[in-house]
Order: sequence, then structure tokens, then C-alpha cells
Amino acid sequence: MISYLIQSAVTQGTPLLLGATGEIITEKSGNLNLGIPGIMYIGAISGVMGGFFYQESTTHIVGILAILIPFLSALLGSGLASLLYCFLTVTLRVNQNVTGLALTTFGVGFGNFFGGSLVKLSHSETASIALIRLAKFYKKSLPFAKNLGFFGEVFLSYGFMVYLAIAIALVASYVLKKTRVGLHLRAVGENPATADAAGINVTAYKYVSTCVGGMIAGLGGLYYIMDYVNGTWSNDAFGDRGWLAVALVIFSVWKPNVAILGSFLFGGLYILNNIINVSTQIQPLLQMVPYVATIIVLILISVRKRRETQPPASLGLAYFREER
Amino acid sequence: MTNTPPALELRHVTKRFGSVIANHDVDMDFRHGEILAILGENGSGKTTLMNMIAGIYYPDEGEILVDGELALIRSPKDAFRYHIGMIHQHFKLVDIFTATENIILGIDDGEKYNLKKAAARVLEITERYGFEIDPYKKIYEMSVSEKQTVEILKVLYRGADILILDEPTAVLTPQETQKLFAVLRRMRDDGKTIIIITHKMHEVLSISDRVAVVRKGEHIATVNTAETNESALTEMMVGKKISLNIGRDDPQNPVNRLEVCNLNSESQDGVKVLDNISFVANSGEILGIAGIAGSGQRELLEAIAGLQPLTGGKILYHNPKTEDTVNLCDKTPFEIRELGVRLSFVPEDRLGMGLVGNMDITDNMMLRSYKKGHSVFVNRKPPKSLAERIINDLEVVTPGTTTPVRRLSGGNVQKVLVGREIAAAPTVLMAAYPVRGLDINSSYLIYNLLNEQKKNGAAVIFVGEDLDVLLELCDRILVIASGKITGIVDARTATKEEVGLLMTKTGGDGNEN
Repeated sequence: MISYLIQSAVTQGTPLLLGATGEIITEKSGNLNLGIPGIMYIGAISGVMGGFFYQESTTHIVGILAILIPFLSALLGSGLASLLYCFLTVTLRVNQNVTGLALTTFGVGFGNFFGGSLVKLSHSETASIALIRLAKFYKKSLPFAKNLGFFGEVFLSYGFMVYLAIAIALVASYVLKKTRVGLHLRAVGENPATADAAGINVTAYKYVSTCVGGMIAGLGGLYYIMDYVNGTWSNDAFGDRGWLAVALVIFSVWKPNVAILGSFLFGGLYILNNIINVSTQIQPLLQMVPYVATIIVLILISVRKRRETQPPASLGLAYFREER
Repeated sequence: MTNTPPALELRHVTKRFGSVIANHDVDMDFRHGEILAILGENGSGKTTLMNMIAGIYYPDEGEILVDGELALIRSPKDAFRYHIGMIHQHFKLVDIFTATENIILGIDDGEKYNLKKAAARVLEITERYGFEIDPYKKIYEMSVSEKQTVEILKVLYRGADILILDEPTAVLTPQETQKLFAVLRRMRDDGKTIIIITHKMHEVLSISDRVAVVRKGEHIATVNTAETNESALTEMMVGKKISLNIGRDDPQNPVNRLEVCNLNSESQDGVKVLDNISFVANSGEILGIAGIAGSGQRELLEAIAGLQPLTGGKILYHNPKTEDTVNLCDKTPFEIRELGVRLSFVPEDRLGMGLVGNMDITDNMMLRSYKKGHSVFVNRKPPKSLAERIINDLEVVTPGTTTPVRRLSGGNVQKVLVGREIAAAPTVLMAAYPVRGLDINSSYLIYNLLNEQKKNGAAVIFVGEDLDVLLELCDRILVIASGKITGIVDARTATKEEVGLLMTKTGGDGNEN
């Protein structure tokens, strides 16, 4: 029972972790990308599209391609969406909140439109696309994990993307804290004028971190489809996980390593209603818990006023060099 | 000496912003091992010129030579490559980083990222030139002077041989200024070229070896400091001789207008910012407030305007129309304003208080009058004509009343702000640093406006930083230090030394009232 609970929390938490890590990297550059939920959608549907055409084109599925094609498609789709966000907010200096919210709306629509089209193409009887033949490669876990009892179930029973997500978060945390690139990136998000004067290319840092962040978040969408729901796309199934990822950024006070634990906590809370038997009327209350937790964290950091736990100082602001 | 090329040379440098020429055909040279002061009025193009050397701007025409060789400086990074570093007026520091992190920011020397090694190098430099700083202290915990030290260390760490300082003493106390000057002299003796932009004549004369005067974007002359004097420099700087006399009439039958009794206030962190402040402001006189920046001047004025929470005390206002006496502590800021108490506050951030940057001049006038009239719709005509009058009377440089205030230069923004508050015919007019950043002509315009208000019977409270101005303009001067009144002197008889002494006097000497 406990191992099932942990497993569910981890698998449920992994898309959140990828989304939150991506958003943290983005926000550290001062870009508040509220398009992350949309970008996760786009990542998911791009992966599905790549996978779908590969699956349709051949009868003999090669494992490495089954993984790489959806993976790279997802990176491409979410990367392009992030690039659009960057172009609008960094180059054209459009308001970040408006752009981000529009991108989320766009991303959900984009996903549902192409999702619907693929359903038509696949002549499926249900309103969903099944990529089960590819998904099994994503879900592959270490073969001996099952023989290791509790330890195997809790730590080794997941597909590779779960470990990838944790690794990305740890690497991101290390880069931000311990490297020159991290120092420069944080400077850009805190005070772009200072970074600029120090000779740091603010625009490049914003573009690269936002696109890399978006691509990581896009993998969150891909993981959900290819692993969590076994390669089945159906419209709107991804739900509000994107917003939960954004909330997780705040909950983990802009630290990717904290986000690892936070994501599993959020994942656990998210599926609380599957475990506790409650009537359907009360379920929404349980799903609310992660958001309430986020609000409590927001209140705590604002009361404690520790400068280190505040959001990047120039978050949400466009940078003009010529402004005097 | 004759054979070595100058450390830095400008040839025919021109910079335009749209149709405005910021610098025109500037030729200038800077030598090794000298301190050169750049002197000029506000908006004369000093900072723009220096920004071109530091790589913030790129000249439209002309060339820059470093050690006799043509230098292409397109970015601050390029400037660092030529060993040029600029210390800006507004510090460019990341608050949540430590001193060391800020110092190494942007450096990519191919070496491994190592904070400990960097901190050791920082300490080495501080010992060499006599700075005092903890390399691991966070910027947000630092005093202004410490932050400035970090800025200087930043450019020294990069191996700068040419240091440009943009008004470095504006934010420092006299003691800190002396410390800074000692460090600068040590750097000069080390062979470095120090360029210092400043307004303060006595500093120019005391620190510099040569002075370059800039007027309206053009280089007028560079002279040896030892061979010049204050009035010659002033003449070069302003172009025409301006009378240094500020008019001052005797107060006309002064009556007690505003009485502040035992005012106390604390900051959010529980620090006492106003400590038992008591004084009287009379009608028809200008009461000056002197003090080192941040001694409680701002809090005092805000307290009178109803914007600063108090922990004790009374502010009694004697209304000349009704002959009543009311306690302003019970009133809302709006009610206080309606009584005729006007605050024209010019904080460090000119647009921070009083004006909305994105709105035009007319709309900014309406911020004070929008509640007038009974119709649902506002009447834009009176504010528009007021805006036009201010533009005319105060010589505000703007394309028209519909230009957003944000697009005006700092001095013009100040004129709009002061003009609006004066237009309401106040009974108490409070002006904090109303001439900060203004050139001499505009400053006098403001002094005349204040004198006019005094003649009209208003009680004028003027917070200033220049002691000469305070002594010439005001009738009485109240000196405040660390939130306490250290003395109230007669401006006609007091000396500069007397006031200066009071400004640096701190607590514990029986100044309870």
C-alpha cells in the first residue's frame, strides 16, 4: 500500500517536476512564462504526432526510434513555442503576462486541434490515439526491479523519464548555484541592467533559458502521455497540471532541488482522492490542496521577507537598454 | 612625458539621440596618473560622453584612442578589454549577491569558477588601495558607501587603468568623501587615470589635477586645476555670468502657521526615524531643513502631509481663513491637502512620488483636481491651461501638454511637479530637494518661486542639500541629525561651519527639545 502510494505520487509528480524545473530556469532569467501549461500541451501533442507517424509508417518498431522520435518532436514543438514567447516578450517587449496567458490558451487549442485530427486519421473508434507500441519503451523499467521487493518498487520501478526529470532538476540546481553561467543567469533575472553593464548578453540569456526551460517543460507533457497514461492521447486529459507546475515553482521557492520533493508531495496530494474514498462532491476540495499549500508558502515567504526566497527581482519586466 | 601618448583620447566625437545632439565634435585627452574632473551643468552631456568611453553608447562620429591606438568600444565588455571601467551614479549591483559575486559578474577568463579564489583577490586589492569591505557581505546589507566600494572594486578587479566615476560623492557623507578621495589619490599615484564627473566645485578644486568643462554637449576647455578658480570655472560652465545672489526679503508679519510638537515615528523595522521633533513654521518665511541625506527629512515632511505613521506627537495647523487650530494627525492626506498644506516632494526617483510617468502633463495636473466639479465627467480645460502656464512660466522643455511626463528630462519633470503644487496657492508649501539635478538657471527659477510663495504669506519649508543655498535663501534653518533636531539657527547670521557641525552632531547631548 505504501509503495503504491509512493509510486503514484512519483509518477503523478514527474510532469509537475519537469514543468516546474523548466519554469524555474525561465523565471531565473526574469521571464515569467505563464505559457508553460500551453507549452506542456504543445510538447505532448508534438511528441504524439511524431510518434503517431512513426508508428503508422512501419510495422517493425525499433526501440531507440520509438523513444527518440516522440522525444525530439516534443522538444521541437515546445522549443518553437518558447521561441515565439521570447520573440514577443524579449524582442518586441510585449507584456509577459498577456503573452503567457495567450500562449497557454493557444497551446491547449493547438493540442486539441491536432489531437482531434490524429483521431480522425487513425480511424479510431474512441476519441483517443493509442501509441501503446511506442509507450512500452517509455515505460520500460529495470527488469530486476520487481525482484527487489519494496526497494525495487519504490525506487526502481519507473520509466527512464522519471530519473531524467530528477537528474535535470539536480543539474539545474547545480548550474544555478555553482557555475558562472548560473551566476550570470541569476543576475539577468535580478537586475538585467547590471548584467548588461557587466557585459552579459541579456537577450541571449533570456532566449536560451526560456527556450531550454520550455523544452524541459514540454518533456513533462510528453512523459504524461507516453508513460503515465500509456501512450494514449485524448483531448484535455492533461488537465490543470501545467498550472500546478507553475504553483510548484513558488512552492519550491525557485529552487529545482526543492521542486523534486515538492513535486512528489503535489503528486501525492493530487491523487489523494484515489486513495481516500470520498464522495465525488468532495473531490474538488482535495484537488485544491496543492494550490492552498502554494498560497500558504506565498504568505510565509512574504511574512519572513528573506531576500533569498523572493522571486527574481525583475521577474515579469521587459528590459530596455536605452531607458534612462 | 611628451613621447608617451595620452592614456585615452577622444577625437571629433559626436553623439545624437534622435534630433537632440548630446555631444558635438568633442576632442579631449586623458593622461596616465592624473585625476581629471569633468565639470558641466545638468544635461550638458558629461555622462553621455563618459558612457561612450565605457561602451554603453557608441559614438555616431569620431574616434576613441587608447594609448595612442584606435579603440573600437561597442559594449562594456569591449571597454573592459581596453582596461576602462565606469562607476555609475546609480549602482549596478545585484542585491542578493555577495560583494564577490557582484565583482566577478560577467568575467569569463576561462579559469574555473572559484568564489574563494576570487574573494582572496578582492581582499588583495582592498589592502593595496585601503578599502574596507567584507567580500562575503550581501549587497542589501550594505551602506551606500560600501556599495560604491564594491563598484570600484568591480572595475579594479578587471584590471582597469582608466576609471570613470559619475558623481561619486553625491551619496556620501563628508567623511566618506574624504576616504574616497584618499583612495583615488592612491590609485592616481599607482599610475591610473581617474575621471570624475561632479557638480561640486570645491571637490573639483580639491581632488583634480585638471578640469575639463563641458557645456551643451561641447568641450569648452581643459585647464590645470592649480591655475584656475571657482568663478572662472563657473563662467566656462554656464557660459554667462549668473548672479550668485538669491533674493531674500524680510518675513512680512510672520504668524505661527504650523506647530509641530514632540513628533515621534518609527520605521517598519522599529528604528526611530523621528525623535521628539518640535518646531514652529511661520507664515511668510522660509524654514530651511538641513541634514545629511536620510536623517529623517523625508519622514518629517511625510508626517506633516499625513503619509507617515506616527507613534506620538501633535501637528497643529492654524488655519488663516477660519482662525481655527486643528491637529493634522487626525486628518487624512486628502483633508490635509485641502487645508492648503502642500508637499512637493522630489525623491531620489523623480517619478516615484507625485507624478505618473505614462500620463501627460495635463493628466498629471488633474491628479490634484479630479475631485473638483459635480458632473460625472471631468473638465479638462482648467488643468490644460494650468499645464500650459507651467510650461511657459517655468520654461519646461517639452513638445506639448500631451507628452507623457516619463519622456521629459529629470529637471523638467521636477519643474512640472513643483509648478503643480505651487499653483494651488498653498498656505504651507513643503519642498524637498526641489532643485536636485537641476541646472543653475532652473534652480534659480525654483528659488524665485519659493520666494514668491513666501511673499504671498505661505509658510515654506525647504529641504535642501547645498548649505550655501540654504544660508542664502532661508530665514531660519532647522538642522536634523539621525531623526533629532540638533539646532535651529538664524540663516542670516549662521555660518556654514556652524550648520555643518550641527549636521554631524549625534544624540546624547541633551537636545531633548
